[in-house]
Amino acid sequence: MLRPFDSLPRRGRGPLWRDPAARALVFQVLLLIGLASVIGLLVHNTLQNLDARGINTGFDFLDNRAGFSISQTLISYDGNSTYGRTFVIGLLNTLLVSALGIVAATIIGFTVGIARLSPNYLLAKLATVYVELFRNIPLLLQILFWYIAVIRSMPSPRQSLSLGDMVFLNGRGLFVPAPEPQTGFWFSVAALLAGSVAAMLMARHNRQRQSRTGRRLPMGWIIPALVLGLPVMVFLVSGSPLQWDVPALKGFNFSGGLTVLPELLALWIALSIYTAAFIAEIVRSGIQSVPKGQTEAARALSLPPRLTMNQVIIPQAMRVIIPQMTSQYLNLIKNSSLATAIGYPDLVAVFAGTTLNQVGQSVEIMAMTMAVYLVLSLLVSLLMNIYNARTALRER
Amino acid sequence: MATSFFRESLISPRKPPVSRQGLRGWLHENLFSGPVNSLVTLLVGALAIYALVPVIEWALIKAQWVGDSRADCSGDGACWVYIETRLGSLIYGFYPEAQRWRVDIVFVLFVVLGIWLMVPAVPGKKVAALVGLLVFPVVAFFLLSGGFGLEHVPTRRWGGLMLTLVIASVGIVGSLPLGIVLALGRRSSMPLVRGVCVVFIEFWRGVPLITVLFMASVMFPLFVPEDFNIDKLLRALVGIMLFWSAYMAEVVRSGLQAIPSGQGEAGAALGLGYWQRMGLVVLPQALKLVIPGIVNTFIALFKDTTLVLIIGLFDFLALIKAGTSDSSWLGFAIEGFVFAALVYWIFCFGMSRYSQFIERRLYRGH
Repeated sequence: MLRPFDSLPRRGRGPLWRDPAARALVFQVLLLIGLASVIGLLVHNTLQNLDARGINTGFDFLDNRAGFSISQTLISYDGNSTYGRTFVIGLLNTLLVSALGIVAATIIGFTVGIARLSPNYLLAKLATVYVELFRNIPLLLQILFWYIAVIRSMPSPRQSLSLGDMVFLNGRGLFVPAPEPQTGFWFSVAALLAGSVAAMLMARHNRQRQSRTGRRLPMGWIIPALVLGLPVMVFLVSGSPLQWDVPALKGFNFSGGLTVLPELLALWIALSIYTAAFIAEIVRSGIQSVPKGQTEAARALSLPPRLTMNQVIIPQAMRVIIPQMTSQYLNLIKNSSLATAIGYPDLVAVFAGTTLNQVGQSVEIMAMTMAVYLVLSLLVSLLMNIYNARTALRER
Repeated sequence: MATSFFRESLISPRKPPVSRQGLRGWLHENLFSGPVNSLVTLLVGALAIYALVPVIEWALIKAQWVGDSRADCSGDGACWVYIETRLGSLIYGFYPEAQRWRVDIVFVLFVVLGIWLMVPAVPGKKVAALVGLLVFPVVAFFLLSGGFGLEHVPTRRWGGLMLTLVIASVGIVGSLPLGIVLALGRRSSMPLVRGVCVVFIEFWRGVPLITVLFMASVMFPLFVPEDFNIDKLLRALVGIMLFWSAYMAEVVRSGLQAIPSGQGEAGAALGLGYWQRMGLVVLPQALKLVIPGIVNTFIALFKDTTLVLIIGLFDFLALIKAGTSDSSWLGFAIEGFVFAALVYWIFCFGMSRYSQFIERRLYRGH
């Protein structure tokens, strides 16, 4: 930035202590010395304290045997696994609940945000109540409410709520049928991949075609047919090679199927509902930021309402929505660390909690934990910035 | 000879269609303008009645309001007796009962100062700000903690709503000035200052508050000499302040960026130094622009004071949570959480409404 004094001629500045450049230099040197001495003092104290307490340093502990159990492991883990493995398990659990939360919060948030703009008074007011209610209650309170007051107070497995004898919900968690792919299922997966790639190529071709000729292919049919229709057809032709392992009550608990821990369920519900309230506001403000003249111009060109929404309003609203949405996704990932309050084994609970208590090397462990969140933040911002740059307004 | 006929008077205007005015017009416009709209109205209305009636019945009609033991709660409704019996501990935590009048005085001072600062009609805002920033914290500290003849109450006995308000107030009062300094530093022309501020801000914004609190409780003791013991509450407060100052800095920076550079340059042309330019010209305009952002950060800070329960401080939510495992009052978790939600909601919603009010007041239309 151009500062007024940058453009002043060198002479006429007077003595050295009146020279802004010299003063800036002195100030920065002092700042550097101050910072270096503070950091030096902290490091010195830390080393001395670690020495006095007999705490090891370095990352060797990652290869040691952990010897504690974790209630949810996405990859194989037992008492003989290393602390390095507990780190990976915690990280995967954090990523799992974050991904689930982002999907659910986006869906709920968009629905509520659009409902707030509904011409229907009742629906709009209901959406407003949702937003004002949930974003003004602390997330931790909501997590504890869902965990302690709702899910843990559910009936025992014998009296669990069931949905068509396939899905069961009780105080021990949610039990859903688990898919068991048989031989030949991979053809369907391959078809899904091929369909998706083909759909992307088609979309690109369609864009080029549109800018060349002004005509659009009926993409509303082509893309679902490629992405969904193709795999379903392959699946049916190859003889439906997928079976479901339905959970069944054996003794005091369910066996078989897929178990969603009550902690995961509570955390997922609370994170989604809480973040959705913020996303709804972002969506509403994004749509309202598109000037009314855009809709009117589209109507004047006799574009049908759906095309107006999809091709005129939403692309412009997305420019406002995307950057704010990024920070909400990042907040959700960081908020997932509240898992530790209800004992969901996420990175903070497993690594900065149990592992830290056993090993005691707080400096290394906290640094690793914080580094994970910093890297995740940077990665998500990077991806969103790329998307943002592609959709940004290109002005002269 | 042609004859012409003229009306001598105007025809009285026709009334608008009945379906466009009054209650019926409003209903038609907002609820039943078409088949889809009508269907949505009926569905949402049915859902609202289906959900609201049992809730109101539980919370108000069938609820038990008076009593003093668990035996008084036998109906289907909410048991507000549960809240009443523990209201004292929810407000004061483990503060000695004989000394609670000290907390009451701080509460009263807090409310009086708040009204003085927040209601525009009350004069003397500068005096109020000075009292609030310099006198009140000292008085409140000595009243709460002891000294000058008052019995010492260690911070581990602080708790409940009082602790929540202490953390929130200190966090708010501490993070705003620090955030302003950081925001100015991030826009400085000195590369080292800018670099330090960028790294500081992005670091705190990239990590969850909970890791900051963990750091404050497990790593901080390592950073200081061995015989140097800092209070657990103070460590958490420092962590919260540093964390939120980074968010505050970004809010303030967005306001600084919105002020045309001509403002600062005009100040420089009048011979103002850097701090005069910032303090008298740029910041007053920038801060006014970002009041909604600042209040949003305050609200987020207030909600996140609940996180201190994870490092073992007994704030309002922690006491509610502890109540759910009280063996003589099992099964009243919902009442506890609903009450806590109501309290937090009133604070947060009030703050957001106040910020909208101030925003309208400061709006000058240019």
